[in-house]
Formats: sequence, C-alpha cells, structure tokens
Amino acid sequence: MKRFAQLIQQLELSNKTNDKISALVDYFNEADDKDKIWVIALFTGKKPKRPIKSSLLKYWAIDIADIPEWLFTESYSNVGDLSETIALLLPPAEHQSDLHLYEWIENLQNLEGKDDETKKDFILTAWNSLETNERFIFNKLISGNFRIGISSKNLVNALAKQSGLESVQITHSIMGKWDPYVMTFSDLINGEHVNTDNSWPYPFCLAYALDTEPENLGEISNWQAEWKWDGIRGQIVKRNGELFIWSRGEELVTEQFPELHFLVDVLPDGVVIDGEILAVKDKAVLSFSTLQQRLNRKNITKKELESAPIGFFVYDLLEFEGIDFREHPLSERRKILENIIGKLDADNVLLSEVVECDSWEQLATERQKSRELNSEGIMLKKRDSHYHAGRKRGDWWKWKVNPYTVDAVMIYAQKGSGRRANFFTDYTFAVRDGENLVTIAKAYSGLTDKEIKEVNSFVNKNAIEKFGPVRTVKPELVFEIAFEGIAESKRHKAGLALRFPRILRWRKDKNASEINTLQDLQQLLQSTL
Amino acid sequence: MALITFTKRGIYCKQGDFYVDPWWPVDYAVTTHGHADHVRFGNKHYLCHTLTSPIIKRRISPDLDVQTLGYGESLVRNGVNISFFPAGHIIGSAQVRLEYKGEICVISGDYKIEDDGISTPFEPVRCHSFVSESTFGLPIYKWQKQQAVFDGIKSWINNNIEYQKTSILIAYSLGKAQRLIKNLAGDVPIYVHSSIANLNEVIIEAGVPLPETTRITQEITKDQLQKGIVIVPPAMRDSKWMKSLNHPVTGICSGWMQVRSHRRWQSADAGFALSDHADFTGLMEAIKATEAEKVYVTHGFTSAFSRYLNENGISSDVVTTHFGQEDDEENKADLAETVEKKTEAKTEVVK
Repeated sequence: MKRFAQLIQQLELSNKTNDKISALVDYFNEADDKDKIWVIALFTGKKPKRPIKSSLLKYWAIDIADIPEWLFTESYSNVGDLSETIALLLPPAEHQSDLHLYEWIENLQNLEGKDDETKKDFILTAWNSLETNERFIFNKLISGNFRIGISSKNLVNALAKQSGLESVQITHSIMGKWDPYVMTFSDLINGEHVNTDNSWPYPFCLAYALDTEPENLGEISNWQAEWKWDGIRGQIVKRNGELFIWSRGEELVTEQFPELHFLVDVLPDGVVIDGEILAVKDKAVLSFSTLQQRLNRKNITKKELESAPIGFFVYDLLEFEGIDFREHPLSERRKILENIIGKLDADNVLLSEVVECDSWEQLATERQKSRELNSEGIMLKKRDSHYHAGRKRGDWWKWKVNPYTVDAVMIYAQKGSGRRANFFTDYTFAVRDGENLVTIAKAYSGLTDKEIKEVNSFVNKNAIEKFGPVRTVKPELVFEIAFEGIAESKRHKAGLALRFPRILRWRKDKNASEINTLQDLQQLLQSTL
Repeated sequence: MALITFTKRGIYCKQGDFYVDPWWPVDYAVTTHGHADHVRFGNKHYLCHTLTSPIIKRRISPDLDVQTLGYGESLVRNGVNISFFPAGHIIGSAQVRLEYKGEICVISGDYKIEDDGISTPFEPVRCHSFVSESTFGLPIYKWQKQQAVFDGIKSWINNNIEYQKTSILIAYSLGKAQRLIKNLAGDVPIYVHSSIANLNEVIIEAGVPLPETTRITQEITKDQLQKGIVIVPPAMRDSKWMKSLNHPVTGICSGWMQVRSHRRWQSADAGFALSDHADFTGLMEAIKATEAEKVYVTHGFTSAFSRYLNENGISSDVVTTHFGQEDDEENKADLAETVEKKTEAKTEVVK
C-alpha cells in the first residue's frame, strides 16, 4: 500500500506527462504482480467489491474524530472529496501496516456478508494503521473513483514502455472484460484473455469539431455527410452467438437496453457495428430528455419501455465475418453495412441516413433542419477514411449547429470540488419572470481561471445569505448561457429544464435588467415540441 | 462598557482611544505584527514589538513614528494598560493584552502554537475576552510536527539535486522565508530573492541571528542555483526568470497544501503543509488556555469555528475584519520590492 500511495503522490505532484509515465514505469518495474493488476483495474475504472456503504464510513469517522455532523459537512465542502475528508479528520494512526494493496482489497472482499460490527472493527483497525495518504486510498477503494489525472492513454503508454509490447495490443487487453480478482499481470498484458473473450470492443473513432468553413475541405463528393445524433454512442459486438453493447465510456450496457437483444438472433457472427443509442419511435429520433429516462437504470418498468423505446442508429462497420474491417475505406464499409442492416428489417435498428447533397451550400441548408430532427448537426466523414482508434484530425469532423443561448444573471454560487474546491465555481442562474427572478440552470464550466478568481472575489464581497457551502449573491453578474435543448420539467420552479447548460461568456457589457425572460424560454420550448 | 469595539476602521479601544491593527489611518495604532493585512501605511503613531519596528520601517517607511515594547513589557495609555506577549506567528509577532479596571482583553493577531525555532514561542494569556483568528479553523487542518515536514522538504531537495532539477520554494518574504532558512540550513547553500534578503538584513541587524544565505544576483549562475535551495516570494511564481532556470521544480510551503485540491489548483510540483497559523487543535488549545468568557473570531473559517466554540460552551461571535488577505497583500508587498529592485538596478546602469 505504501508503494501505491507513493505512486499516487508522484502522479499528483507532477504536471508533466513524461514524469507521470516514468513514475508508472518505475511502479510497474518494482511492484508486486498482484498489486499491479489492481492498479490497472483501478485506473481503468474497474472497482473492487465494496461491502461497506460510504455513509457508514462517514458516520464512523465523525464518531472517532469526535466532531458534530455539520462540521464534517463544512470540512467536506472545503476538501471536495469524501475519502480525503475522512482521511484528514481521523486522529493520527497508532500502528503501521505493511499490507499490500491487493491484500487490502481481498480483506475488504472478505467482509461481504459480515455484520456491521465486524465491518466497523475492520475499518477502524485499518484507519489506525495507515498514514493519511494511505487512508485516502483505502477509503477510495471502498467509496470512490480514482481520478488522479492519469488518462488511460498514459497508462497504456507506460505499460507499453515497461513491457515492450505494442500500445494497441495493450489497449485491447486492458479495455475489455477481465476480472482483477483472477487475472495475472502477465496474462493481462499479453492479452491471454482477449482471444477467448467474445466481448472486446474496438476503440471508438472520434471527431474534432469543424474549425473552418466546410468549403475548405475540398470536393463535397469526397465526403459522406450524416446527421449527428444526440444520444449515447455505442458499439454492438456479436461474436460466437453472444451479443454485447458497449457505451463510449467503455462500459457494458447490454442489460440496460432489452429492445436491442433481438440482434443476438439476427445479426451474423463476427460483426461489430458502431452507432448511437437513441430513443426511437416510428423510425424517428426522440429528444435526448426522453432517452435520459432510460439511462443508468437497473430495473426498467413497463411504462418506461413504452414511453422511451430504445433504438440504435448505425454509423459504421468495424468487424465483418470476424475480420477487423477498420482499415477498409468508409465507402466499402458502408456498402456492406447497408447490406447487413437492410436484411434485419427492424423498426428500431436503422442505418443512420446519409445526407445527400451536391454542394456545401445545399448541405448548409439541410443542416438547418437538425433541430427538427433532434439532431445536433452534421457529421462529415471522408469516403476513403479508415476507422481510426480515438481522435484524429482530418478524416472525421462534427459540424454542429450553434447552441441555443440565453442571458441570465447569477444568483447563487457554490464552491467547486476537486481542483476547484476553494473557489466559487458552480453558479446558479436566473431569468426574469415579471418582478421576480426564477432559476433556470446551474453551470460550472466555461470560465478561465482568471475569471473564476474574479467571480470568486465578487461572491466574497456580495454574498447576501449563506446556506452551508452555497451563497446567495446580489443579482448583478450577467452570463450568456449556451444549451443544447430545452424540456418541460416538473422538478424545476421554472417549469422547464435546459440540457447541457454551460457558460458561453461573461457579459460584462450587460446589466441584470437586460437579461432574458421566462417567457422567452417558454416560447422556445413550445417551438421545439 | 466593553474594552474593545469593532468599527469600520478596525478594532477600537474607546477607554484608551487607540486602535489595534486598523485598516484605515488612525492617530494611534497598536500593531500585532508586520504582515501587510495587520499594519498599514498612514497612521500617525505606531506601537509594536521591538523586532517589528525595523520590519515595518523597512516595509512602509523609515520615517514612521514608532514606539516599541518587548514581550512582557507594558505602558499605560489613558488608563489602559497595554502589554505584549509572544504570538509565535513570525518574528516580532505579539498578542496585545489590554487591561482596564480589572477587565482584560487579548487581541492575538495571527498566532501558532508550535515553536518554529525562530519566533518567540506562543504564550497563552488569561483574559476575559479574546480576539482570535481561525485561518485554519476546520478539523481537517492538523499539522504534522515541523521536523517531519522539514524532513520531507529536505528529501525532496536532495532528490531534485540528484536528478539535476532546481528546487524552488515559494514562501512569504516575512516569516515563512526565515523559518525555512533557519530549519533547512546545512550542507546545501540557500539562495534568496532580494525581497527576502532585504528583510533578512533588517532582522539580523535587529539582533536575531540567521544562517548564511546568498542574495540572488546576476552573478549567481544557474548551475549554482541548481545545486542549492532557491527561496522566492509568491509574487515570483511563474515568472520568466523562474522558468529560465535549469529544470525548475517548485514547492509551495503553506498550510493550504494539506488538501489535495489546493495543491492541484496551485499547479506546483510539490506542496508542503507548513503553516505559521495554528491548526484546529492549536486554536482550541490556545482559546481554552485563555479561559476567556467571550471569543471574537476575526478571519478564516469564522462561522464554522465560532459555531463550534459556542457548541462547546465557549461564547463566541464572528466579527468582520479586513484581516486574512495575507496572500494578496503579501503579493503586493513583494511585488513592490521587486519593482523597487528593478528601478535600483536601472539606476545603477545609468550611472
């Protein structure tokens, strides 16, 4: 555990990618094999079994630290992380433990099914034998995610450097389904499991936003234009009679979407397709807010199945007859794809339509229809392009329609979390409703560090009321808020909710009397229904 | 009638007709210590500790009208007995004890409990009312013994030297810098920014010995700096000069470094939780030792800390002051020094 704590510290202390990679390489050279497997698992979002609720951790910590609960909450809002708050609040450890990371994880696993008293004893003994930074990690094993500024790409690069293997191979090996409780380090790195595993997906090909006029891309005939659908990017893998649905977050979401399970019977073996998971009715795409009802649900009710039926709009073909097709040109992949999907004759698994246009001007006109179709704009893909792994400039572009915008005034501010825990970075915005202000969105991105500091000092000087970490501030600062959609909402006082709101810019040129009204937004809502 | 009131100019003693650490100009200012948020330009008369006098004369103006007291010494003004007791915050920092007709009030300024090896250690003073800071008034702030922190800093430095990196420590020129110098002095030479060197001169002249350091000038080579310890004030962070050094790595020495998110926000290479303020336990200990009936909390996590005191049977109120903007104020002070130095350098060239 000490060696792992040291690694985390090194990764956090450096801002330089090379330092991070060399810290990882050192770690993979020195650490115990069983620990290494867990480090890869943790850094790729695989969580160990968690036999204890984090709320229990919190109460035990409050108990030992001998503080009132409100003071814990104050501390938490300053730290911005539950595991770390607990680690800092506990009294200094009286013992030392030399247990390995994997031993801690196994010990935690063994707590499953035990009573709360046994669990509490174990946790308290552990806390009393770990240094603050080790406690933080220990708590994270039980309750959190390891977000420590190491991307999976850096992890892969470090493993490739350490093992001398190709990074593509390692990406495949660590991306798919494997069990850190049984996998060995060398089997994982060498990909012993992936051949026998029917599920492994390919890395998604991602596009950059178009940063120039489309005319500069050359002849339109070299490009395939499609609608850019606003759902969950997904990859459907069918091999050896098994079906897997992956989301872009490299999560298996097969169970969540029973409407797609029929594909196991109709899709040929050795086929992998890329597309968008959407709410689809009568072959038309429904709004994202409809799809949202179906996301991250463990149990789906009959009503939800009816009100938000799921479909899949297919973009691309990555594997055909068990052969990796990504290096074939798009035009060729599309032809085979049309054949495969055409044969399905399904109402909810459809080819994502190609928008046929003879000129860029014509396409620009077509693009104006995006909103009506519940699309975010146009995707441009070069007809001779390969299916790249990850984001690569040049072959694929997203040409999104401009977001909706509204001018709103900040009325609440809250301290951020993580890196921004000590600054007011989360703001709530309101528009005018007659004489009153009514909140319409909360947003926390889009400002520079310098602007955040400026807003922070405004909040400190103009706070009216204080509710825990939240401050009510004088309605004075006006921001232009961009958003992707608008939906009716019973939960919000305004009766509507904005989708993906973010701060576009700080309108220092406007004052609070010049902001939009609730009526403006209601009109917009009516126009999108 | 209470011995002190909180006015818009600062903490005021009506009976004695003077202010303690006022933020607007007054006739008579009693000064707890030399940090810029506690002592400002423009007062007609200053009363401070003997060691604070040369510091504020250097930082504000040599022409200040200053009267001094040592620790334990006192004077009487309009019937109010004023005396100084060590606050342990920085060199010359004092708690101001006021006594009038048996009523005692202590204004502690900024303070810490641990002996830092260079400031006169904190002494609790019994009183009826106590004015306290709460910069780190949350229980997540618990300091390690300074020896452990310095061990960490030393091993960081040795590691940097081994990998041919230049170790730069960021520390306030008054207080933290001298504490680092005192505790890091050894085989590795210490190089200090001119704003720190200037204050060191003043402090040594006032009779407080400091280990040897070298002022950073054009003559010092980058290779020399790389094999040493470089100490600069916060204002120098991200400066071109710093970036021009051989593989520079920065370490921030501040209590805020206790929390990961603060370390990351600062985007330094290393953070060391070393503070000149009391931690949560320290604040509680100090306050209990005063046996005060009333505690006024002036800056820091005031509302949480004051609520905690009240819930623990110590009557407390939050008062709004201009204290605690040390970071900003110090930055300005340091920048002023930098500008001043540049002007001097230019003048020399002209000559």
